[in-house]
Amino acid sequence: MIIDLPRFVAAEQPFWTELDALLTRIERDPHRAQTLAELQRFHYLYERAAADLAQVRTFSAEPETRRYLEHLVARAYGELHEARPKAVHLRLWAWLGGTLPVTFRRHVRAFWLSLAVTLAGAALGGWAVAFDPEAKAALVPGQFGHLLGDPARRVAREEAQTENLLAGHKTTFSAQLMQNNIRVSFIALALGMTWGVGTLIILFYNGVILGLVAADYVLAGQTKFLLGWLLPHGVIEIPAILVGAQAGFVLANAIIGWGRRVPLADRLRAVAPDLVTLIAGTALLLVWAGLVEAFFSQYHEPLLPYAVKIAFGLIELLGLIWYLTSAGQSKTARPAPPAC
Amino acid sequence: MPASTLLIRTPEGVVFSQSLAGPVIRFLAWGLDLACILGVTTGVSMVVGLFAFLSPDFAQAASIAVFFIVSVGYGMVLEWFWRGQTVGKRVLGLRVMDAQGLRLTVQQVVLRNLLRFVDALPVCYQVGGVAMLANRRNQRLGDLAANTVVVRLPAVAEPDLSQLLAGKFNSLRDHPHLEARLRQRTSPAEAALALQAVARRDQLDPVARVELFADLAGHFRTKVKFPPEAVEGLADEQFLRNVVDALYRPRASARAPAAAQPEAQPGAQ
Repeated sequence: MIIDLPRFVAAEQPFWTELDALLTRIERDPHRAQTLAELQRFHYLYERAAADLAQVRTFSAEPETRRYLEHLVARAYGELHEARPKAVHLRLWAWLGGTLPVTFRRHVRAFWLSLAVTLAGAALGGWAVAFDPEAKAALVPGQFGHLLGDPARRVAREEAQTENLLAGHKTTFSAQLMQNNIRVSFIALALGMTWGVGTLIILFYNGVILGLVAADYVLAGQTKFLLGWLLPHGVIEIPAILVGAQAGFVLANAIIGWGRRVPLADRLRAVAPDLVTLIAGTALLLVWAGLVEAFFSQYHEPLLPYAVKIAFGLIELLGLIWYLTSAGQSKTARPAPPAC
Repeated sequence: MPASTLLIRTPEGVVFSQSLAGPVIRFLAWGLDLACILGVTTGVSMVVGLFAFLSPDFAQAASIAVFFIVSVGYGMVLEWFWRGQTVGKRVLGLRVMDAQGLRLTVQQVVLRNLLRFVDALPVCYQVGGVAMLANRRNQRLGDLAANTVVVRLPAVAEPDLSQLLAGKFNSLRDHPHLEARLRQRTSPAEAALALQAVARRDQLDPVARVELFADLAGHFRTKVKFPPEAVEGLADEQFLRNVVDALYRPRASARAPAAAQPEAQPGAQ
């Protein structure tokens, strides 16, 4: 049987046109509240179009009409059956004061894993340079070539400077730092798709460099310089990278899905908001760290006493610990997806 | 290789399909987007450079920041505000959508664009391309994480059959019982094929058109044998047009015509 297509199209087209116009209005202004009558009409038009599509598929197979109806039904289906809350305008302070720290604590085990991997790398890097100072040249990447020299000589050179070598370039340096570190964090998150293996490698290598540099300066008797140089920005930058990797491990956990009988798509859908929250928080922290590193950390004694820099770093660290462990505790946490 | 299709079954039991975009067309769309990104960043850098006399350091920092923000945020901003499209996707008729047919969320948009850092490895989206080829929904890693797919948008327009059926003399109309037999023996797929051939005749190469209509006319001639006076001298294309008219023409029936479904009041039981 072939349906009487022209009569069918002529009779149903007004409803399709009305549904098309309604969908266009909704798509242009998704936050506009609809009345009950409008919703009922929308539902009716959708059901009618869906029934028409079923008829065309079964009795006509006329591709142009079928394609048009599929497009219409697909648009309406997406609007009608969407049960997730619509995106609301971002309330920045509520997000900073509640959503971000609560999300961090919800996945704190992934953060501990990031920290453990970094510390393991740092231990290896420290041991490597203590055992064989020549290991520095093999392990330090080219962009950090300035770290290959003798720490004592570098400290002497820095402290002998009467003018800031970065004068006129601090803003550019800051932008380069932010860009590089944010990119590394994004990569750490994205490599969570490799079941976390890529994230783990990046973190471990990062820890190796950190441990290597720290051990090198400590062994050279330059601990105070090291703390004064790294603490102001490092207490924010290093945790930020760890949070980025935390997001990567959360993603990896969703991919692996141990002990959960939930389909992969549902697991990923559940963690997506938290991943975005964590990586956005990471980016903000790294912007701050970039500013501090360019405009504060590069000043050394006698221009800026190490005690001041170390105190500044410790205050930042305490503030960050308080923020991540205590902020947002009065807020009701949203139903947690499977936590890592 | 047939195009991949995403089938979605609604709770009402209706199935609709979306044609999935393949790696090649997605790569082309990305190429267009890359050109847009480079154009925007170059333009902004030139504008910022005009103010370099005030602070060269700040101008350079602004250029670095703009390039990073535009390269990362381009996809996120456009796909959110253009409902799954960027400039490249819009030009090539593609759209990002949720893999289950639902509305795209901001988290999905952000996540699928963040994972470009992995998909783009080592160069030119080779990892993403391999992921697409290995995946029956043509999803790169970012699509897998965000549960999205990229579909091809059909060129849709409201159906208009009037041009095919109006004002044509049809010699087959003199034999309604044979027309009825033709309708009975023709499947919906065959009818659709004939209709498409007639509708798209102008898009066909002349030689191919002649061959196509010869094949189709020969096929339909085997279904019902019309008297010689009805088909003598008819070109294959004209015969096929007459067949399409016979299949799709509104029929005056002895019984009451099939009424359109009554418009129910919303909410009526």
